[in-house]
Amino acid sequence: MRVLDADAAVADVADGATVLIGGFGTAGMPFTLIDALVRHGARDLTVVSNNAGNGSTGLAALLAAGQVRRMICSFPRQVDSYVFDDLYRAGKVELEVVPQGNLAERMRAAGAGIGAFFTPTGYGTVLAEGKETREIDGRAYVLEYPLRGDVALIAARRADTAGNLVFHKTARNFGPVMATAATTTIAEVDDVVDAGGIDPEAVVTPGIFVDRVVAVGAEQRIAAREGASA
Amino acid sequence: MTTVESQLRTVEHADRGPLSRDEMAQAIARDIEPGSYVNLGIGQPTLVADHLDGDSGIVLHTENGMLGMGPVARGDAIDPDLVNAGKAPVTELPGSSYFHHADSFAMMRGGHLDVCVLGAFQVSQRGDLANWHTGAPDAIPAVGGAMDLAVGAKRVFVMMTLFAKDGSSKLVESLTYPVTGLACVSRVYTEHAVFDVGADGVVVRETHGTTVDALRERLPVQVRRLED
Repeated sequence: MRVLDADAAVADVADGATVLIGGFGTAGMPFTLIDALVRHGARDLTVVSNNAGNGSTGLAALLAAGQVRRMICSFPRQVDSYVFDDLYRAGKVELEVVPQGNLAERMRAAGAGIGAFFTPTGYGTVLAEGKETREIDGRAYVLEYPLRGDVALIAARRADTAGNLVFHKTARNFGPVMATAATTTIAEVDDVVDAGGIDPEAVVTPGIFVDRVVAVGAEQRIAAREGASA
Repeated sequence: MTTVESQLRTVEHADRGPLSRDEMAQAIARDIEPGSYVNLGIGQPTLVADHLDGDSGIVLHTENGMLGMGPVARGDAIDPDLVNAGKAPVTELPGSSYFHHADSFAMMRGGHLDVCVLGAFQVSQRGDLANWHTGAPDAIPAVGGAMDLAVGAKRVFVMMTLFAKDGSSKLVESLTYPVTGLACVSRVYTEHAVFDVGADGVVVRETHGTTVDALRERLPVQVRRLED
């Protein structure tokens, strides 16, 4: 694990990459890393995130910059998702809607080396059309495949120098799962403490899943969320 | 208090009007067993929380990774990192816990949640649910956790108005809106009546401001009384 600044942390994100972006709405969204990705300018990205941006900051800013070719998410349409809505209606961004639990489990499977899994979610719906199904012990299931990222951008409360992470309340959401599912996982955190500074019993994401950490500071994190740094 | 579970005959309250939203929420709260783990869907179902007895030991689950969710946060208690499924700021109660999304949905899919309460566009007589998409060609599809909740909780309660704005029944023989889940709903709470739905068809448990016979005139499905 290396501690870097945000621009250095995302410098090797390639055009066409699949980027997993944590957050549920704005809770747990890695605003500072997304701002750096906007400055970096990688294009034709496939972005996997629960939503498709709120307001004009964070994921919405990445969409507005025209860097996203395809969104894979569970719930794009929100009261303040106007950036995505306009791009989608103009045919400028593709959309794959995935039930929220399948989205999480597909990334969990990717991170856990599972080749595919049968889930009851979505059976009999348009989101399962064309997919393999099977009846197991009298219940109907749909075959779903893993969802891997080239890069995961997540936000956590704190890291230690071994890359272990702890999170903050419901901002945890997709972070720990995405950390396991990407080739390179980058976490922005409020602060980085020495190894041993986090109780091993309290570690949520072990450092093996974390490649780069960016110490943002709580104040800058909040400012980035409010759009003050944009 | 008599729980509806022990009810043997359909009760017709024809002498007073239909239930208000709060009365519907109260009726649902009354039917949730003490100690249950419960997920309340976005929108009207969140009203149920206002009617749960604080001593009931009922624990609220929110899909974005929390058990033991407390009331909506106000003023200084607002933390943007502590929100419910509708992204509204909430509070934590003693005994609450946080977990990541894969664990949160394992709680649903794995059958650990006792009850979820969802809104609906339509419910079929066998318990099929439509609540995620109108199917309108210009609508941006958004499913969230609806499909996972529908197939996951041990019991799925629906809270909805019985009739759409155009007067058509939302309790239908078979869905015309896109499916969320098949044969997943067990009970439907509306302002006019509470229904059980499933393999045995539709049973009216209670009516409000109407009678079973009057409902039969307006509904496109066959309905029975509990005692039939």
